[in-house]
Amino acid sequence: MNLAIALWLSQDAVTNGAIYALIALALVVVFTVTRVIFVPQGEFISYAALSLATLQSGKVPGTIYVLIGGGIIVAVLDGLAALRRRSLKSLPESTLLNIALPLAIAAAARWSASRPDDLLLQVVVTIAIVMPLGPMLYRLAFQPLANASVLVLLVIAVAAHYVLTGLGLVFFGGEGLRARMFPALQFQVGVLTISGQSIGVIVTALVLIVLLALVFGRTTYGKALRATAINRVGARLVGISSEFSGRLSFALAALIGAVSGILVAPITTIYYDTGFMISLKGFVGAIIGGMTSYPLAALGSLAVGFLESYSSFWASAFKESIVFTLIIPVLLWRSLATRRSEEEDDS
Amino acid sequence: MNMLEARGFGVSYGKVSVVRDAHLQISAGQIVAVIGPNGAGKTSLLSALIGLASAHGSIVYEGGNVADLSVEARVRRGMCLVPERRELFGDMPVEDNLRLGAFSRPRRGGEAAEDLAAVYARFPQLRERRAQLARTLSGGERQMLALGRALMARPKLLMLDEPSLGLAPRIVRDIFHVIADLRRTGVSILLVEQNARAALQIADYGYVLEMGEIVLEGPAAEVAANPRVINTYLGLAARAQ
Ligand SMILES: Nc1ncnc2c1ncn2[C@@H]1O[C@H](COP(=O)(O)OP(=O)(O)O)[C@@H](O)[C@H]1O
Ligand SMILES: [Mg+2]
Repeated sequence: MNLAIALWLSQDAVTNGAIYALIALALVVVFTVTRVIFVPQGEFISYAALSLATLQSGKVPGTIYVLIGGGIIVAVLDGLAALRRRSLKSLPESTLLNIALPLAIAAAARWSASRPDDLLLQVVVTIAIVMPLGPMLYRLAFQPLANASVLVLLVIAVAAHYVLTGLGLVFFGGEGLRARMFPALQFQVGVLTISGQSIGVIVTALVLIVLLALVFGRTTYGKALRATAINRVGARLVGISSEFSGRLSFALAALIGAVSGILVAPITTIYYDTGFMISLKGFVGAIIGGMTSYPLAALGSLAVGFLESYSSFWASAFKESIVFTLIIPVLLWRSLATRRSEEEDDS
Repeated sequence: MNMLEARGFGVSYGKVSVVRDAHLQISAGQIVAVIGPNGAGKTSLLSALIGLASAHGSIVYEGGNVADLSVEARVRRGMCLVPERRELFGDMPVEDNLRLGAFSRPRRGGEAAEDLAAVYARFPQLRERRAQLARTLSGGERQMLALGRALMARPKLLMLDEPSLGLAPRIVRDIFHVIADLRRTGVSILLVEQNARAALQIADYGYVLEMGEIVLEGPAAEVAANPRVINTYLGLAARAQ
């Protein structure tokens, strides 16, 4: 290996690591707030990447039907719950959010499909399609059982993963799609050619991470999410409902998934199940952070990026196994560390 | 006027019933004390009134039944619990804990800032520690923070679960002083205590809860004068505990 290759591998590592870090952060948000180990996170990536590529080919992506269908089911459930409570106050809002909004997004998607060169519009529409799927998924799959054990929630998450992957296969088929490159720019730094795609990925990831930090550190809603993560009972006692925190954390996760999907869409060919592999690597990063620490999760994800990149050079056939084998020592180390911190925990 | 009235009120965990057929009433602006030994069901009673534990029977609050409402909905209507375990946000600064106390109220104007200043005026120690993480506070400060956080919600009915638990006598006096002072601002208070003497001193009305049942009730002075109460809760034996 010479310097040029090492630099090139590192560029690859940081680019992928940035995506894994985003995913890891989403997983940590969802886990700390709702205790859900969010297996379906990867589907947001696939959905966003495939939606973007489909829009670019001038067609309306099938994810829009997932959005409309999901919205109808949520609206019906909300309606039934309102009838049971004999109070129809919440109905207009639910209808607007779950029926009118998806239809408006569908209209925007049609418009975007007719303008295959408008990249900005495609990106906005893609996010608009994928992000509401997060709160919908929470409402349908997790809210009814929000107090169940972590294991039950995990089982639901796995089931949701299969359903969403299945829907992805139905609407996008088994073939892979690749989005067009974002406007290409390239730099030459010494022996290394830095691609505009990599810079775009890294800068976007950094911006999103800083934004998240601001949301959690400065805004009332962000603090409310953290409060739920720190002390669920305390949060309820000041009026932060678990339902509210759950939907908000899933919305953030879906937003992060959508952005990650848009970032990877021009770099790799995405199949209906590619997002799952990407999110598994983010999961390794999140586990390194004990599913609770944001900085450790981000660093862990970066480490996963490097491990993957360099092992693809030395032992490319085993690169996935090497990354996933990393989970074992990490879990061992975490289980020792966790036991210690649980003993201290008494607030 | 009644602030709160619970009728045929029971609490159970699964099949185990820990409070049975209680009838409890709090008039507006009153302090009502519930005393009783460890394990009598006092904490369960409060948890069920705020909606954390499952209850049966009716809970009429400000004229409406709230038994089917979520905890958050009850909090929005002005019910507020300072729990036995305090349930602070340990990894957040004191000031964030306080600000989140106002989460259930509409966020407009400077009301929250005014309330924050009022809490700091009441508990100057919290102002000194406002940037400190809540979990680094002493027991007394944690109780002040829990009370302050509750006050940020501008509660109409404040329920306090053993506010004196584990505190030094001087701090207990301060806390009870604050509680008595709160009544003057029009807050109704349901006070649960093992420290029966201090509780009955500031209360208007008292209940004695034993083994999940209300065995005695009456104006606080009468309860405090009851021979059985004197023997069990106020006598030398009780003080030695
Ligand atoms: N979460 C729970 N699950 C099952 N039993 C409980 C639970 N909490 C309290 N108990 C039981 O209910 C009874 C009353 O407890 P508690 O309400 O804490 O009494 P107090 O506050 O008066 O000390 C006790 O016997 C206790 O063991
Ligand atoms: Mg108790």
